[in-house]
Amino acid sequence: MSFERIKEKLNLLADAAKYDVSCASSGSDRANKNKGLGDAKGMGICHTYTEDGRCVSLLKILLTNYCIFDCAYCVTRKSNDIKRAAFKVQEVVDLTINFYRRNYIEGLFLSSGIFKNADYTMERLVAVAKKLRLEENFNGYIHLKSIPGASDELMREAGLYADRLSVNIEIPTREGLKRLAPDKNREDFIKPMKKVKNEIIQYKAEKKIIKSTPKYAPAGQSTQMIIGASGENDYQIMTASNFFYRKFNLKRVYYSGYVPISYDSRLPQIGSEVPMLRENRLYQTDWLMRFYGFHIHEIVNETHQHLDLDIDPKLSWALRNIHEFPVDVNRADKRMLARVPGLGMTSVYKILNARKFRQLNWEHLKRLGVALNRAKYFLICNSNDFERRDLEPNKIKGFILQNSKSKFRQATSNQLNLFG
Amino acid sequence: MQKVLIYDSSFEGFLSAVFKVYEEKLIEVDIQREGNVQRSFFGETEEIITNKLQADRVWNGLKKKLTSYGRNQVYYSFLSEMNSVENILLDYIQQVFKASENIEKDFSNATVLKLSKITRSVGREKHRMEAFVRFKLTKDGLYFANLEPDFNVLPLLAKHFKSRYADQKWVIYDIKRNYGLHYNLEHVETIVMDFPKEFDFTKTSEDFFAEEELAFQELWQNYFKSTNIESRKNMLLHVRHVPKRYWKYLSEKQPL
Repeated sequence: MSFERIKEKLNLLADAAKYDVSCASSGSDRANKNKGLGDAKGMGICHTYTEDGRCVSLLKILLTNYCIFDCAYCVTRKSNDIKRAAFKVQEVVDLTINFYRRNYIEGLFLSSGIFKNADYTMERLVAVAKKLRLEENFNGYIHLKSIPGASDELMREAGLYADRLSVNIEIPTREGLKRLAPDKNREDFIKPMKKVKNEIIQYKAEKKIIKSTPKYAPAGQSTQMIIGASGENDYQIMTASNFFYRKFNLKRVYYSGYVPISYDSRLPQIGSEVPMLRENRLYQTDWLMRFYGFHIHEIVNETHQHLDLDIDPKLSWALRNIHEFPVDVNRADKRMLARVPGLGMTSVYKILNARKFRQLNWEHLKRLGVALNRAKYFLICNSNDFERRDLEPNKIKGFILQNSKSKFRQATSNQLNLFG
Repeated sequence: MQKVLIYDSSFEGFLSAVFKVYEEKLIEVDIQREGNVQRSFFGETEEIITNKLQADRVWNGLKKKLTSYGRNQVYYSFLSEMNSVENILLDYIQQVFKASENIEKDFSNATVLKLSKITRSVGREKHRMEAFVRFKLTKDGLYFANLEPDFNVLPLLAKHFKSRYADQKWVIYDIKRNYGLHYNLEHVETIVMDFPKEFDFTKTSEDFFAEEELAFQELWQNYFKSTNIESRKNMLLHVRHVPKRYWKYLSEKQPL
């Protein structure tokens, strides 16, 4: 292969793919077989991190950045005057195998601009995955993009070779999508997502009866939404997210702060800040829903449509529900412990185990790694020393903000000044 | 009087020392690793002869008291090679044998908590090494990587790399401790290698490595740069995930 030509394509097509934030390589159960190459069971691995601090786990590239669509938020939109390129199927296969053998990556994340039509594009993506699996005996991780509008037959085939499939919703609301991506409609996204969901259910059911049933997208489906491009509030975003988690059994929803790439007047202008803090708060909310047993409406609802920027959503919930506290560390159940600000799931696990041996006091909690500067207002333990003042939520918030160094402090004080 | 037991730095040697403590009902003991001995003016020194049977007896005893979780903590902590970790381990093992129930998850016990923290550090580095190994293809078709881990994590890596690179020959070499793992398409063995004087572990000399090797490193470096989003640059976060001490052997961190 010609390294110079490949290098040029790689730079173009990796640059164009980087706004897809998913990098997960976990959740599959594909083990090495017949002494082939690769193994995708177990934990994901970040082989390195870019200078923006994001995990590099997969070779994330577009097959091509030619595209027939003109979505305002996208760098590869038809009307954008940029250099275009396309990989050959074999080139992607060679790159993947050679990177994998050197332990640079866990596998391939292949997306594409849409050339000709949906099926033509999807067919090429599937061809790469098929070649990797059947000709190279590759058992590493493969994440394929589901191309909106692709046929059921292609989606069925895709799932046989890929570990994960994803289709990006991008804009959380129907109206936003209409404004920014007039060529696309929501149904085109939903269709492949639905097909894949049903196939996963069916293959799983069959596997229970016939052991030799092949795997179908063992790492499930995910999607992504752009944050801060089309004016949605946090309640709308999380409602959309919740809908997709429930309706399509998604493994992950990603939130991607919009990076301005265009002078289009419908969008934030180039040079405006990427809403990274807001993105972080959305991820925290997502975690609270998936791992901490919160219902979406406890965090965001009709009367509370925006997540606080200065404090995290769990603390915010606790301050709004101060009547639920204090919680007794030696008695409370797992669900309630997980709701205490300053306690993560690791601390909860340690507390549940340690308290079988003795009654825990502040010293124990401190050594376990509990963030007492936050937790102490919400806990009692085996000690006579606890917060006795009947503090107003606002007071507590003030104390906590005074005594914590958030990495976002600078950012929040600036953003607060804007509304100030 | 305090007794200093010196063992040969192997895990079995350490367990033999523990056996000795029980056999002779020693009260004040200090277990030290050969080559890392801090002589004290007080106390008597004794060299432990590694004894597989004795080591097995201690280990089997632990099997009755701990699940694989607890035994992993013992082994991982041992591999940390931290100063005096042997004595923390001895304290732990004595508490384990004395207690009527399994104490491995009593995180309110200072010794248990200490071990669980050491285990976490070792586990973290194991995971990092699984990520940061960068194989280079040699002229004779072997994939070679070198490391300098803080802890002695090589024994923990064999399984991972064996099941992943089942169809390629590879060597992962710990330069700091001067030994490596070699997979020959059948099994993984421990090896010691002699490197030529002019061999530079940070470079990819054409004398040793395949013709296309540098080209792939260059592609990888290009990918690393292109996939970064400049407007989100956050070096603090970057360095937290990829600490500078590991940069030396990461191909994406070499000058283009």
